[in-house]
Amino acid sequence: MKNTFIGASIERREDLRFLRGRGIYVDDLTVPGLLYAVILRSSVAHGRLKSVDTSAALKIPGVHAVITAKDMNFTDYPAGVPIVPMRLQPLPEFKPFEQPVIAYDKVRYVGEPIAVVLASSVAVGEDALEHIAVEIEDLPPVATWRAAQKNESILFEPTGTNRSLMFEARKGDADTAFRDAPYTRRENLRTGRHYGLTMEPRGVMAEWDAAKNKLTVSGAAKVPFFNRRILAKQIGLAESDIEMIENDVGGGYGARGEFYPEDFLIPFAAKHINRPVKWIEDRRENLMAMNHARETEADLEIACNRDGTIIGVRGDVHTDMGAYMRTNGAVGARNAPQFMTGPYRVPHHKVDSHLWMTNKTPVGTYRGPGRFEGCFYMERLLDMVAADLGIDRVEMRRRNLISKAEHPYKLATAQPTNAHDQTDSGDYHATLDLCLKEFGWSEKSKLGGKLVGGKYHGVGVACFIEGGAAGPKESARLEINRDSTITVFMGTSSVGQGVETIYAQIAADALEVPIERIRHVYHGSTNTVSDGYGAYHSRSVVMGGSAVLVATEKFMATLRQAAGKRLGCAESSVTLDVDKVVAGGFSLPLGEFAGLTAESAFLNHKHTYSYGSHATHITVDAKLGHIEILDYLVVQDVGRAINPLTLRGQVIGSLVQGLGGAVLEDLKYDEQAQFLTGTLADYLLPLASDFPNLRCIVTDDHPSPINPLGAKGAGEGGIVAAGGCMANAVANALQSFGVQPRALPLSPTYIWELVQAGQQKAAE
Amino acid sequence: MPVKFEVNGKPVSVDVEPRLTLADCLRHHLRLTGTHVGCEHGVCGACTVLVDGDAVRSCLMLAVQAEGAKVVTVEGLSNDDDLTPLQKSFRKHHALQCGFCTPGFITTAHALLTEEPDCDADRVREVLSGNICRCTGYIAIVEAVLDARSAYKKTTP
Ligand code: FES
Ligand code: FES
Repeated sequence: MKNTFIGASIERREDLRFLRGRGIYVDDLTVPGLLYAVILRSSVAHGRLKSVDTSAALKIPGVHAVITAKDMNFTDYPAGVPIVPMRLQPLPEFKPFEQPVIAYDKVRYVGEPIAVVLASSVAVGEDALEHIAVEIEDLPPVATWRAAQKNESILFEPTGTNRSLMFEARKGDADTAFRDAPYTRRENLRTGRHYGLTMEPRGVMAEWDAAKNKLTVSGAAKVPFFNRRILAKQIGLAESDIEMIENDVGGGYGARGEFYPEDFLIPFAAKHINRPVKWIEDRRENLMAMNHARETEADLEIACNRDGTIIGVRGDVHTDMGAYMRTNGAVGARNAPQFMTGPYRVPHHKVDSHLWMTNKTPVGTYRGPGRFEGCFYMERLLDMVAADLGIDRVEMRRRNLISKAEHPYKLATAQPTNAHDQTDSGDYHATLDLCLKEFGWSEKSKLGGKLVGGKYHGVGVACFIEGGAAGPKESARLEINRDSTITVFMGTSSVGQGVETIYAQIAADALEVPIERIRHVYHGSTNTVSDGYGAYHSRSVVMGGSAVLVATEKFMATLRQAAGKRLGCAESSVTLDVDKVVAGGFSLPLGEFAGLTAESAFLNHKHTYSYGSHATHITVDAKLGHIEILDYLVVQDVGRAINPLTLRGQVIGSLVQGLGGAVLEDLKYDEQAQFLTGTLADYLLPLASDFPNLRCIVTDDHPSPINPLGAKGAGEGGIVAAGGCMANAVANALQSFGVQPRALPLSPTYIWELVQAGQQKAAE
Repeated sequence: MPVKFEVNGKPVSVDVEPRLTLADCLRHHLRLTGTHVGCEHGVCGACTVLVDGDAVRSCLMLAVQAEGAKVVTVEGLSNDDDLTPLQKSFRKHHALQCGFCTPGFITTAHALLTEEPDCDADRVREVLSGNICRCTGYIAIVEAVLDARSAYKKTTP
């Protein structure tokens, strides 16, 4: 039987448990003897930690222990306190800026862990926090990258600087090209501070079995194998002594599942007290403890010919890194300068990216890291240039999009990591054209700048590429069950994307069996495959899916061999028929081979680039600064769509996150680096009533040449261009005021200020 | 403090601290973990349950306040054999991804459709705007709820 599960909108198998309240998330777990961890966090942004007195807290009934840095004496680390190493770009330059698992000499942001209370209940633990006496000597806080740049107050004194690194994105010879350029424009552009807020706060449950020397950690997500490596090294166990268990995971978006201080503290606590310990973050903690992202300021210059073709870009990007270099903290600051040119042909490129340490929550990746920021810079520049040169905005883009024949097109290289990259395939022009046609650009754009019923209409367009499929490897294993079904075990993780369904589709197609025969798809735990990489960089379908393909090949070969021997037939004559193994007129139930298993890995070092265009039609109330979206369309080509239903979910879901960043979300601090957005009433997220008019079209006209599925990572395309597209539409709407948004989010206050400034200028 | 109420049709009696929220009581004392907690301050709606038919945020209500009430959680709106029409519609429209917000949306939508089976898209959005979903972007959730309306319409006028 020839299957066509790939490409079909198969309803998800995960839904059956989630819809009935039967998902098991980490806080749903409990074990006998469980203690609850509550964390005391710094309320001071920058200071010297003088003393932590836990004696009063320890007297409270129900408090079993209070852990501080003093309880740690790990000889591998100079201060005895383990450090969380970087997972990506682990450069020696970053070492001094990495985070200790608990503060011991200084505190560097509001929210930094100082002590861990282990109590019989969360309530008792929370009560105990108030009885811990902490003495901190205040140091001048560094609340912005500009303050960091002054190097007056230094977070890590021995380094002598608040700049942890400068990345250099390079291509061609920008300085020479700019010298001869007929036209240049220089702009200052800023993006707000966002984060990959997950609806399920983070959580860890750790169990220590002293007799077996075994540590079991539940609540793993995203990169369990890597995190196990970190934990084993920190805590002094062999990797095989630790099992990381992935439960249902309530959202990831790049932020959840990285190794955080708590990923050491809770297992350490369990081992220390020899009892199971669970910690579940509350929302306030989550807002100040989970990785922040995105806050940048860019000073960029673009050079063009008179016909609008781009000659080059150059300038500086400054990222507010927060207080520590976390596991993947450098990714955004590397990506923004390197990938800001997106789908456009830019021969000369010289952008420096400065990573400034400040007294704020450390940053990490958030869906489309650096790409959201970079796309915003580029798309804003293109619109301003088009206006200067009298070129239509769409035409401006057509002239600069990389053409089909130019793939693979080399992007800028980032140093010092020597990160080379290139596009893979696609027709960027066709996607733009389809987007404009389906959007009705020619009609809607006529409304641009018009005042209708008290509101200004504006349209915006933006194009993007989305990198995916990070290597180097992914693993899959298939195993036959007694009931003649098959189970698939994956090295990747689920963060809610629906990978159980997707992998079942791919496996069923490859094995040519009904999809129900793939009984279970397990993922994300360290005990089911020999190695795994996880869920990030839109890699689950490409890397995990390709791993399923190679594993099914090995599985069939193994089965043919076993069945051939058993039935006395040639291996080549053995076939799998639903739940039977058939050869030479014989047939056996598949369950006869229960336990037969085959594991294989897919290796890949290249990236996929899905791509597309966004178009939006908005109205702006110039008096209130309020924006309404009348229509928003994303067209994205994904190489090969495995499941159009879930794919649409990825595009629209990431788009709404992007719109949140474009108009609502901003993590705020005051000048003392005190955190101001500690509740969901302060950090505004998109709601069901905010953006009702969104559409997407997903095509798969240009398969990726770099993997057997032809698929491209597609989880981030909706977010990447949202900021640029919305800002362009606002500029278009408010053109009569001469408004050019140069910062995100496009909050009512900001828009109102822009309108005021425009009116004032006109009056002068 | 002892408190007696009904959960999903069954009487329960629990001894709780006065400060215990209904959400924590359901989740940790009664082990009904389908009700989720996303903010504990009444903004996200993940903890929504039905109390005497009304959609209520169980993180803002104390367990002792439930004395004598009829509480229904997502488990009580489900059965073993098959998904309900509302759940089927969520699945068909891919109105959930990570599933963490889903119980709150199911309970909220159920309360809405029970009261107003003829509600329009604007009304659905208005009511659902008290629940936060970070994965789906809401479009599919609104479609799913609208599509499930027919199952809630009275068969005889
Ligand atoms: S947990 Fe109750 S509203 Fe968020
Ligand atoms: S499905 Fe993940 S938050 Fe709604």
